[in-house]
Amino acid sequence: MAAIELSGVVKRFGPITAVDGLDLDVPEGICLGLLGPNGAGKSTTMRLLTGQAIADSGRLRVLDYELPGQSKPARAEMGVVPQLDNLDVDVTVEDNLAVYARLYRVKDVGAAVDRALDLARLRDRRRDAVDKLSGGMRRRLLLARGLVHEPRLVLLDEPTVGLDPQIRTELWTLIGDLKARGTTILMSTHYIEEAERLADEVAVMHRGKIISRGRPAELIAEHAGSHTAEIYAPPQRLTELRADAESAGLRVRPAGPAIAIVGSERAEDGFVPEEAVIRAATLEDVFVLLTGEEAE
Amino acid sequence: MSAQPESVPAAPAPRRMRRLEPAAIAGVMSREVANFRTYWRGTTFSSVLEPIVYLLAFGLGLGATLVDEVEGVPYIQFVGTGMVATAVIFSSALPAMFGTFVKHRFQNTYEAILAAPVDVEELVSAEMLWIATRSAVYGCVPLIVTFFWGLEPAPGMLLVPLFCFVTALGFSGFGVAMAATVAKIDQFNYVTALFVTPLFLVAGTFFPISGLPEGVQVVAQVNPLHQLVELVRGGAFGFELVDLARFAFLVGFAVLTWRVAISRMSKRLID
Repeated sequence: MAAIELSGVVKRFGPITAVDGLDLDVPEGICLGLLGPNGAGKSTTMRLLTGQAIADSGRLRVLDYELPGQSKPARAEMGVVPQLDNLDVDVTVEDNLAVYARLYRVKDVGAAVDRALDLARLRDRRRDAVDKLSGGMRRRLLLARGLVHEPRLVLLDEPTVGLDPQIRTELWTLIGDLKARGTTILMSTHYIEEAERLADEVAVMHRGKIISRGRPAELIAEHAGSHTAEIYAPPQRLTELRADAESAGLRVRPAGPAIAIVGSERAEDGFVPEEAVIRAATLEDVFVLLTGEEAE
Repeated sequence: MSAQPESVPAAPAPRRMRRLEPAAIAGVMSREVANFRTYWRGTTFSSVLEPIVYLLAFGLGLGATLVDEVEGVPYIQFVGTGMVATAVIFSSALPAMFGTFVKHRFQNTYEAILAAPVDVEELVSAEMLWIATRSAVYGCVPLIVTFFWGLEPAPGMLLVPLFCFVTALGFSGFGVAMAATVAKIDQFNYVTALFVTPLFLVAGTFFPISGLPEGVQVVAQVNPLHQLVELVRGGAFGFELVDLARFAFLVGFAVLTWRVAISRMSKRLID
């Protein structure tokens, strides 16, 4: 059974079409990374799934509930970790969790809070106000709050956006644990590494629709081949190289101060300059080729 | 890529959830209680002190110099019973306006709550119930203070918390609706100047509205605060049959603002 089934979903905000005929199935038990640049429609999709946005057309089904009509029971069985920290900062860690345990109708609130504290590794800070916690602890608490009722489906909306690498790694560990327990996860992100590390499958979203989907390795093989050649040279030389590569039928993308010839194994012998750095193709190559956006 | 899942949790039977579930309302209120525990001292201090200051300034100041009695009641007792309404509007409309706006626009609190099985109707109802409960307590403070200036306790006064609660429900609904309507927080200045202050001044708190021009008297009759003032004075000095109509008016006001607040907040919170 699919935990999430979206079919032909459209959501407009005035003249802007944020979600444009979105088709998306998320089977139970997997972590699907919804990868896309800013403005791709990821957050709107998340809001549609929590009933905080109503689709103009299309069909939405979550955990066997039709949305928006049955959004409330669907929300009871899903957990949401928002992009923005919206914890109650003056309230203690345990009270933050207890409030949400009640909102999710958890029968044994005390046990749920203890379990969430263990998950977030915050048991010894349970009586501290949230504003006394470090940034990493707050993000762990935010995650634990979304899991306090042991949901079947978890929506992670850009879970590590704006965090430093150490905190990001901490959260990845927690999300990895969640995956190992078989919880279905839909994670929107624009961090390539996050999608590569955590997602069983990645769906690349651009301008409101899914433009490609598959396991990271499959997507790389399909769109980027096996190798990428990065060439660093003065801008004029890069322009010439790019034109040559494109006329030879190769795919080229910008890579900061360099250009990257994606699928360089297909180039004729001697075409790739000797000074090029040859590396394995990555999901970042796929992302940039498909969306035309620089990756983060 | 990480390890394969240990197991996929079994799907439970589909749940049915109703509108206005007490558990959802209680959950939202429990959040308010948890927050209130962190700031109750300041709020209580101002909610208690402000009516006392007004009482002393108007009741003792005017009472000692210009006005001895109004409608056969010592002026300080007249003002003391009227100040209940002042305490109610300031502890309901204003917290509802500012609190709702801040939680929605700055703290993103409602986004988190609505991601749980709580709908806008339950959210607004819980906010109104919580504010009204607080207001029912704070509204009684001026009455209690006036006991020290000779106001005799009366059985009818036991109904004052109920009157305060119902009125505060109405004004908290008004505040939530305003919070969902204004675009910027400073636009509350218009709301205060156009609605809150006139309602407060033309409630019959400091002077009987019978002394006002006829047109203003008619307007005052549809002022919920005036109805509250009259009900509190009824509780203190004796009810009249018309007080049933006054109470019904306040219930109607609460129901009306409740539905308007839900409608406005739905437009704000659901895209």
